[in-house]
Amino acid sequence: MLREITIGQYYPENSVIHKLDPRVKLLGTVVFIIMIFTINNIGGYILTALALAGAIKLSKVPLKYMLKGLKAIFFILMFTSVLNIFFTPGTVVFEYKFIKVTQEGIGLAVKIAVRLIFLIMGSSVMTLTTTPNHLTDGLEKSLSPLKKIKIPVHEISMMMSIALRFIPILLEETDKIMKAQQARGADFETGNIFRRAKSLIPILIPLIISSFRRANDLAMAMEARCYHGGEGRTKMKPLKYYRYDYMAYLIIFLYIAGIILLNNITLW
Amino acid sequence: MSIKLENINFFYSPDNAFKKHALKDINLEIEQGEFVGIIGHTGSGKSTLIQHFNGLLKPTSGHLYYDNSNIFDNAYHLKKLREKVGLVFQYPEHQLFETTVLKDVCFGPKNQGLDEKSCIERAGEALKLVGLKEKYWDKSPFEISGGQKRRAAIAGVLAMRPEVLILDEPTAGLDPRGKNDILNQIKKLYQETKITIILVSHSMEDIAKYANRLIVMNQGSIYFDDTPRNIFKRYKELEAIGLAAPQVTYIMDRLRRKGFDVSLDAITIEEAKEEILKFLGRDK
Repeated sequence: MLREITIGQYYPENSVIHKLDPRVKLLGTVVFIIMIFTINNIGGYILTALALAGAIKLSKVPLKYMLKGLKAIFFILMFTSVLNIFFTPGTVVFEYKFIKVTQEGIGLAVKIAVRLIFLIMGSSVMTLTTTPNHLTDGLEKSLSPLKKIKIPVHEISMMMSIALRFIPILLEETDKIMKAQQARGADFETGNIFRRAKSLIPILIPLIISSFRRANDLAMAMEARCYHGGEGRTKMKPLKYYRYDYMAYLIIFLYIAGIILLNNITLW
Repeated sequence: MSIKLENINFFYSPDNAFKKHALKDINLEIEQGEFVGIIGHTGSGKSTLIQHFNGLLKPTSGHLYYDNSNIFDNAYHLKKLREKVGLVFQYPEHQLFETTVLKDVCFGPKNQGLDEKSCIERAGEALKLVGLKEKYWDKSPFEISGGQKRRAAIAGVLAMRPEVLILDEPTAGLDPRGKNDILNQIKKLYQETKITIILVSHSMEDIAKYANRLIVMNQGSIYFDDTPRNIFKRYKELEAIGLAAPQVTYIMDRLRRKGFDVSLDAITIEEAKEEILKFLGRDK
């Protein structure tokens, strides 16, 4: 069950997307997310869907695997959709006692749902095709100008990479603790909401303790290897742009241009 | 009261790139009252196998019977099975969560639906079994030493009074004394109550000393299933799959090759001593 959450999990494959420089993928993802929220007509959604489909196809990551990541946000998706459908004022299309469904509500719900799906899928393409190390390397390099204004870019990216790295570890740990408590007869599936919430205590306490233990061990291991922050630290594999990366930048640029263009012509 | 596995296959992540055939066509029957050792290289499927015994993992194909009833039948009550088949995971101290040791050990019996008095009674009994002194019972499980935590965690499973006790490397990371203590207590428990014990271990010495049946796993399949004595004689084959025989077996082998007529049957230090004394023509 828990293994199915794919956010932050690298999927090894040998594709063009995997080989791209992480800076390109980071910029691409950021641009993609910003663009999703500026789209104001159907043309923009179609272009975005095509761009996303192209990226997924090129990444060679099975679509099924990618869709699994959506399961995790299913409830948020349902929740926001329901709220939007029922609580948006506008032209009423359906009414029953105090429940009102409006045309605007349905439109908004669909828009938000599609945007959320795009958002998760788009960022999954990046996290599934980039190892956490690579990703933070890219982030550090992209943000390095901020060092001039005393922002600890290296430390921030190190913290990020550790956080990302810990997601699968903690999931596995949770799985293990759940099994261990189940072996002692714990029951997480039956009972009312309070009982179920209470049944989480035997999982959460060991989990929190083991997180602290792991954090402590890691800090110790880093200090043992003389880690002292970013000052004077060199890279084993410095990032370098290749031909593919320039092509990808061009595609990202074309995508921005396409969305801006579509946003300024009225289609619906 | 037997555990019977029929053609069990198990895959991790069956539908993506991380697919792994962890158990390959396992057929196995474990009878009441056996002390079974399971050894195998890291990743050979030992831990996966034992998680099938109490239904924590569901096989991709194949059947598993406990007491002749199929545990994956919809009508079968898995929670009841887990009370009968106690499983102690690797590093079980990581699952402690209560405010006191005693309360934590009570967790299992409480889940069985027992009243508080019998919970405490069983917990006390289990804690005595693992040799944890009464002065620790009201302490927080987080302030006692590693070896004591381990005992408390094992007691947490024992308190459910299982018919089968499965231990996944119960002594990993303990000092030699703590290790011997725990294993001897398990042996004592085995002799006194005649429950079935399944012990996963990396130590050939421990297996030789305690188990009366040995299952060797290799790459998801059962490689050997025999008495430890018979298996350790074939130590060359064990070495080929990254395992070994107890050290005394090698000593006896060397002695034999140097022309001393000692039997290779000796797998524990005690037996080796007897054998050498016998050869020297001396009694104890």
